[in-house]
Amino acid sequence: MSDSHAVAVAGHEEAHGEHPAYQRHHFVSMEQQNETVSFGMWLFLLTEIMFFGGLFTAYLIYRNWYFPAFVAASHTLNLWEGTINTFVLISSSFTMAMGVWCAETKRSKGLIWSLIGTLILGGVFLGIKYDEYHEKYELHHIPGEIFHFNSQGFVHPSAEALKGGEKPLAPDMAAKTEVYFSLYFAMTGMHALHMIIGIVLLCGMLWKASHGGYMNGHIAFVENFGLYWHFVDIVWIFLFPLLYLISRHA
Amino acid sequence: MSTIVSLPDQSTARIPKRNFITNENGLMSWLLTGDHKRIAILYLISITFFFFIGGALAGLIRLELLTPQSDLMASDTYNKVFTMHGVIMVFLFLVPSVPATLGNFLIPIMIGARDLAFPKINLLSWYLYLVGGAMTLGAMITGGVDTGWTFTTPMSTHFSNTNVITTGLAIFVAGFSSIFTGLNFIVTIHRMRAPGMTWFKLPLFVWAHYAASILMVLGTPVLAITLVLVVLERTIGIGVFDPTKGGDPILFQHLFWFYSHPAVYIMILPGMGVISEVISTFSRKRVFGYTAVAFSSVAIAVFGFFVWAHHMFIMGVSNYAVLVFSLLTMLVAVPSAIKIFNWAFTLYKGSITFETPMLYAFGFMGLFTIGGLTGVFLGASGTDIHLTETYFIVAHFHFVMVGGMLMAFLSGVHFWWPKMTGRMYPEKISQLAAVVTFIGFNFTFFPQFLVGMLGMPRRYAAYPHEFQVLNVFSTAGASILGVGYLLPMIYLIWSLKYGEIAGNNPWQATGLEWQIQSPPLTENFTTIPIVTQDVYDYEWLERQKEHEVTHVG
Repeated sequence: MSDSHAVAVAGHEEAHGEHPAYQRHHFVSMEQQNETVSFGMWLFLLTEIMFFGGLFTAYLIYRNWYFPAFVAASHTLNLWEGTINTFVLISSSFTMAMGVWCAETKRSKGLIWSLIGTLILGGVFLGIKYDEYHEKYELHHIPGEIFHFNSQGFVHPSAEALKGGEKPLAPDMAAKTEVYFSLYFAMTGMHALHMIIGIVLLCGMLWKASHGGYMNGHIAFVENFGLYWHFVDIVWIFLFPLLYLISRHA
Repeated sequence: MSTIVSLPDQSTARIPKRNFITNENGLMSWLLTGDHKRIAILYLISITFFFFIGGALAGLIRLELLTPQSDLMASDTYNKVFTMHGVIMVFLFLVPSVPATLGNFLIPIMIGARDLAFPKINLLSWYLYLVGGAMTLGAMITGGVDTGWTFTTPMSTHFSNTNVITTGLAIFVAGFSSIFTGLNFIVTIHRMRAPGMTWFKLPLFVWAHYAASILMVLGTPVLAITLVLVVLERTIGIGVFDPTKGGDPILFQHLFWFYSHPAVYIMILPGMGVISEVISTFSRKRVFGYTAVAFSSVAIAVFGFFVWAHHMFIMGVSNYAVLVFSLLTMLVAVPSAIKIFNWAFTLYKGSITFETPMLYAFGFMGLFTIGGLTGVFLGASGTDIHLTETYFIVAHFHFVMVGGMLMAFLSGVHFWWPKMTGRMYPEKISQLAAVVTFIGFNFTFFPQFLVGMLGMPRRYAAYPHEFQVLNVFSTAGASILGVGYLLPMIYLIWSLKYGEIAGNNPWQATGLEWQIQSPPLTENFTTIPIVTQDVYDYEWLERQKEHEVTHVG
């Protein structure tokens, strides 16, 4: 880089003779740039773990305190939709992994189709999630006064919420289902928000890929997006058993 | 008085024609820059702006407390004023103060890199800071917020009808600015070091920032999610912290302090980094126990994550938790003391000179030590029950944050001013400012220890008559302190045009940043240096100079 007198403005991608155009001015080599970018992404995912960590902590504490309410409320979740969504999301991780591989091996068509597949599966996930939220809305299981949260269903044996066959709760414990649903919406809501951000980024990436992007070997963005997408997937892999499965026993 | 300042011949010296300031012109070249030095300057301007707003609010608080009755403002206004003072000073001044300005400017240069790893993210972090700041100001103008900077639930979720949501989201946004700064620093320090720049050749300034960055990256996201939950609680009424729904307000405090205790180390560690550089330079010695000082920064960062519940001794946490957190809190005193002792030993038999940065550094050492030792009173659960929520705790954290961090910030700004601008600040008046700040500070905050010991609670606009004498002292001191802060503001701006030309290395210091021109080139180094000398190696510097002399002769 000793000969570099380029105007050093970030984002100013200027060819330096021996350097590829996408090498940023402040890196000595492409290798350094790639290592740096990928390290930065892993570190960002670490901050994301801490972000969700606060919610998982709250879940852990309240689950211990209000175990019967968590069991009862968990039974009202739609296990089928949750399971299907888990498969949808794992499949989208697969298509995304395919996308990264296609970008690495410079398969333009493959990349585009993988991204489209990921986009569709992500959309399906959010659609099913919307249906689940809607069901909660109809059952008055959304916490807060605006949505008229109603824990009565957990008290009366004939109620809709008790179709899973578990016992009715005492009224004070039944009221604690609101804590469960608070966490349910906070956790799945934050997860869905990450999915929406991911889908926006996917659209941008798809647009660039369909215009011949990522075929010059500079695929840091695709790789890092892949990491992000898998991370969001893994968060769901934890959310699904914690919210849907773990309290379900015969 | 002896001095180490060596300036070039003023009749012939010129500021280098090509440098990062003159490289490009126009407002857009600043607003869209990726240059870490320009972003540091942008941060310096915006941080100073918020510092003076926070300072003005502090002035209002002190004015109100001049008399025992609440006569300047009503109690609810007073609540808003101290809340905005806390929010602005903590989140918009102290957290980004040294890292985003001096750290941003210096870390790449100190490790021999052309820029931070992610210049665009660096710029994004400044914009996030501005958005957070603008939202805070907006919340202030449209009615303010009165929960205290701690947003304690259920006050913040149920009982306050002020702008909690806007302020909470403002801090959320500003938090991401902090996360991105920390992330950028960690990656840069790991991956961008020049050849030969091993971990133990890094200046202690860099080590301190590395430790602070770990805290920013791991702590701030927890604050972010906590504030999201508070906002959700206020808007749609979820029940995570709401006792009427089965939630636990204490959980909010656990999550909040899980960030906000490490945050005090985010604030102080970079300041400690500044002090290491300054003490070494003005005693012409390698920092005593370099490795110990380096690791004590990391130790503070690690211990700092396991002491948060000492903010909650009177909030109904279990006695066993109090015992454990009390013990862990005492442990943090160990690495802090390691630093103080090692700085003292660095001074021992050094060739000490008393330029302004050194005066501020001395101020730091004394005031931080008092602040730290009174922290032990508060970490011990017995005395804490008497002292917490009184003016004792206010005095304690102002000794650490204002006496410690602000002194360090001013020390650093003076120390690197010639590097950032190419011009010296006026020495005599700045020494005066340092002394005025020190005197004003002690007048302001020392009486608060006494009045707190006597039982005056914090966060009230009115107080019993017997506390008035000490409060008058405190308010009088605050006016001196205000002068101490206005002086640098004036003469530093003056020096931009009229200051003496500084040359590359006015302090004859050893760091890489002093071996390049002032102000630096946009690319910092024309060729990436290969580092062979040890850190703080003054003999190497002497040989360099001898070599230069024979070369020219």
